[in-house]
Amino acid sequence: MDGTIYSAWLFTAALGLTLIYGVMKIVNVTHGSFYALGAYAGASLTGAWLAAGYPPMLSYVVLLVAAVLVAIVVAPLIERGILRFMYAKDEVVILLITYALFLILEDVIKLIWGVNPYFIAEPYALLGSFEVGGLAYPTYNLILVLLALVSGVGLMWLLHSTRVGKLLVAVIHDPEVSRAMGINVHRYYLATFTFGSLLAALAGAFTAPTVSVVPGLGVEIIVLSFAVVVIGGLGSLPGAALGAVIVGVVRSVSVHYWPAVELFVIYFVMAMVLAFRPRGLFSLAEPRKI
Amino acid sequence: MVLVALLTGGLFLPQWAMFIVTIAFAKALVALGLMILLRAGLISFGQALYYCLGAYAAGALGRFLGIADIFVQMLAGAAAAGIAAFILGFLLAKYRGIFFGLLSLALSMILYGLLVKNETLGSTDGFNILPSTLFGTRPGPAWVRYAVLASAAVVSLGLALVVHRYLRTPLGRLAPAIKDNEIRVEYMGASARYAVHVIYVVAAVLAGVGGALAATTVGHIDPDMAFWTTSGEFIFITILAGTGSVVAPFAGALIYEIIHTTAYDLSPNTWQLSLGAALLIIIVFLPQGLWSLVSKMSTRYARHP
Amino acid sequence: MRKVLVALAVAAAMPAAHAQSVKIGVVTFLSGPAAAPFGVPAKNSAEFVVEQLNNGQAPAPYSKKGFGGAPLEIVLLDEAGSTTTQVTEFRNLVQRQNVDLIIGYVSSGNCLAIAPVAEELKKLTNFFDCGTPRIFEDASYEYVFRTSPTATMDSVGAALYVKDAKPGVKSIAGLNQNYAWGQDSWGDFEATMKVLVPSLDVKTSQMPKLFAGQYNAEISALLSAKPDVIHSSFWDGDLEAFILQAGPRGLMKQSLTILTTGETAMHKLGKQIPDGTVLGARGPFGPYAPNNQYNKWFHGGFVAKYKDEPNYASYQMAQAFLGVKAAWEKAQDANGGKRPSNEQVAAALKGSTFEGPGGTVKMSIGKGHQAVMETAYGVTKLQGGKLTVTNVKRYPAEKVNPPEGVKSADWIKGGFKAQ
Repeated sequence: MDGTIYSAWLFTAALGLTLIYGVMKIVNVTHGSFYALGAYAGASLTGAWLAAGYPPMLSYVVLLVAAVLVAIVVAPLIERGILRFMYAKDEVVILLITYALFLILEDVIKLIWGVNPYFIAEPYALLGSFEVGGLAYPTYNLILVLLALVSGVGLMWLLHSTRVGKLLVAVIHDPEVSRAMGINVHRYYLATFTFGSLLAALAGAFTAPTVSVVPGLGVEIIVLSFAVVVIGGLGSLPGAALGAVIVGVVRSVSVHYWPAVELFVIYFVMAMVLAFRPRGLFSLAEPRKI
Repeated sequence: MVLVALLTGGLFLPQWAMFIVTIAFAKALVALGLMILLRAGLISFGQALYYCLGAYAAGALGRFLGIADIFVQMLAGAAAAGIAAFILGFLLAKYRGIFFGLLSLALSMILYGLLVKNETLGSTDGFNILPSTLFGTRPGPAWVRYAVLASAAVVSLGLALVVHRYLRTPLGRLAPAIKDNEIRVEYMGASARYAVHVIYVVAAVLAGVGGALAATTVGHIDPDMAFWTTSGEFIFITILAGTGSVVAPFAGALIYEIIHTTAYDLSPNTWQLSLGAALLIIIVFLPQGLWSLVSKMSTRYARHP
Repeated sequence: MRKVLVALAVAAAMPAAHAQSVKIGVVTFLSGPAAAPFGVPAKNSAEFVVEQLNNGQAPAPYSKKGFGGAPLEIVLLDEAGSTTTQVTEFRNLVQRQNVDLIIGYVSSGNCLAIAPVAEELKKLTNFFDCGTPRIFEDASYEYVFRTSPTATMDSVGAALYVKDAKPGVKSIAGLNQNYAWGQDSWGDFEATMKVLVPSLDVKTSQMPKLFAGQYNAEISALLSAKPDVIHSSFWDGDLEAFILQAGPRGLMKQSLTILTTGETAMHKLGKQIPDGTVLGARGPFGPYAPNNQYNKWFHGGFVAKYKDEPNYASYQMAQAFLGVKAAWEKAQDANGGKRPSNEQVAAALKGSTFEGPGGTVKMSIGKGHQAVMETAYGVTKLQGGKLTVTNVKRYPAEKVNPPEGVKSADWIKGGFKAQ
């Protein structure tokens, strides 16, 4: 059960990262910032909502709205303002640019919200709890699982069953030919970046009730979601799901039976997977250029 | 000539600046290794592994054997990093692109985890290492900074010359070819894997020396030296500097340290923002690194004498 | 590059602007996860105390303006970043900013790294918060002091309180962060408990990664282990996340839970902390502070200025300033009223005893460089919508700190002999 909850959380957080990499070939460090921004926006908006005495049941909707707000305001700003001038550059240079942006956003968050923690504990305890094997779990955790399922399945459906999604798949495979066929590649990049960031912000917003929202929140999530995505195969959606499940289960097992190794077990799994499947578990064959 | 200029110039620096320049030398050595990896198209997100190994090798010498000679420490750092890289190289030499980077990241995080678990080595608090000595003597307090700086300068310059020579050997010239098209390299009859393995070990040795130097300069080591943010810092210096010359990493490291310390000094509350903005500006306006400024100037100078 | 070096040299040659004021480097976390619970409350405290001292508004014997009449000036520095960065910036503070002395450092790793550098540069440095006893047990210094007690006291005090509150305790479990602070805190607590209860059953010791944030798996492991007592030295975000996640699952109802740094969360989380949780404040600070005139001055003034409760980091910072002030003025008097040197202040601070908002501070161990104080623990109780502590028990300094010359670990193992 702990494994399921943790996996679901990881999956939601990592999904956007793999989407952005898959489409744009950007290893996006600002993903962590969006996670933190989502958490801050979620915590402060919901806090205000509850303080104003509105029905607490609707606070889940407020969390959703907060994440959407963050994504549609900040993501286009970054993509249009900075990243779009950089697409011709090396993958690594773009990674560094996103790292610089991450540093800037960390302080921007601090300037907006200060260093004091934000809590909104009400939504976590509101739904009561259920028991599995004699252990109590707050029902809120099921929302996290649901969120992961909806975003995963939704994204799959979007990519494979809608016109937009199919065009996006074309862009993934060959941006140049797509452009020649009359697809506005730039618009797709913008949409992908915004949507990927939305997923990060969602993960952040819905984590907010279970944690205290503090500076530095975004740093942890970056490496974790990288590990998940790499284990599954960069750019692969089922890979991200499998990666999240593996990391979640391995971590829970180690917590229960061998807590001492919990610290690096995730990296160990990552190294092992890479050692035997150099491109991750689900990876596309890459053409050899001669 | 350069060495003499550096050594005499160093005499006039205030002590705190000597410290910054020495740290810059240590980081530049790591960046130099990253630079030769980058020439082969490889980027390591885990170079901190060897930086940390070098530092702990130097620290262990003092802690368990009582040896604190700065040159012995650097040698130990080089040896520890070189041996580890030789072994891990058999695995890593197969990898390219982002996967090379991520596997090296995972390896360095495993070292981090092991060190954090090791309470005899002080866990995350790390431990202090003995004050450095030079050929068995301990320089007085007024001179110790300069002695460390001078040793760092001598070693760095020597290593930079070796790397400079190496880049002009056939094996050294293979690196850009591997970056451009590995299959053609294989068709030529050269082994890309062997070349990458060699480059990897050289880069690790440089990082090991850098780590040992940083350890003896700072006087304290801890597992954070293997954390991924440390690797990120080195990559930043490398990209900032550019890959034009073996001098570039040294200039890059010094400028990075100056930006860093100025940001801390001027805006203790928002230094991350200042640092991020400065680095963003450099990447956007000087995509080939700071060294491109130097090359541009020298070509202009050549055209209009 | 040459130009840069020249610029550096020129910058260094400029003399300090104010020769008369006392320039104090204050180093604490202004960014990162440790900023909210420790860094900013401590920074606020430093600014409050300096303002009060400069106006001569502190109660006697601290009523003289500044330090012996010389006004105080703070140079602020962020403690975040690697130890390399911290050592670099420490050197900058001393040799470029020319500060007269330094008060700071929350992280034990930073304290260990800074101590020998302070000694090399001969600069009086007072650590205000970091916990590791290794600083003065593994080395001795002339210029380095710590006016706050070590982490050993927290763990020993916690164990004594657990034994008093639950005399029949048979089993314990731990939840601590996987780094030096967590490992040491748990190690000392476990060792002390084993001395107090020889037949003790240690159910599980959970060591999640620092700042992991998600503790469902650990909480499940603790719930199914059903220990009598759970010990945790979690702080800040991790502590708050743990309380938020464990509260609804009834963990604190099942086992007596002792949070050794729980006081920092108390003012912020309030009613989310279930009744009956044991909270520590790393000494007689915050709710455990004595009702003396210094506390009235400090607590009242702090709340009036910031509309917020001072936490234990604020108390420790205030105490660090007062201790140095007392020593500075003693040295100045001995120096015929002239400004004392660092050596003279250090000699006066060594082995001294002074009063602060947390009560009596005795610099009695670590060759007179390390403070001991009494400590206190209590359990939470929600009273009239406000979280308070009840069943407070105080333990005198000699009972929870090792005597001079004995290492903490040996002292615990030896059954707290030679008290």
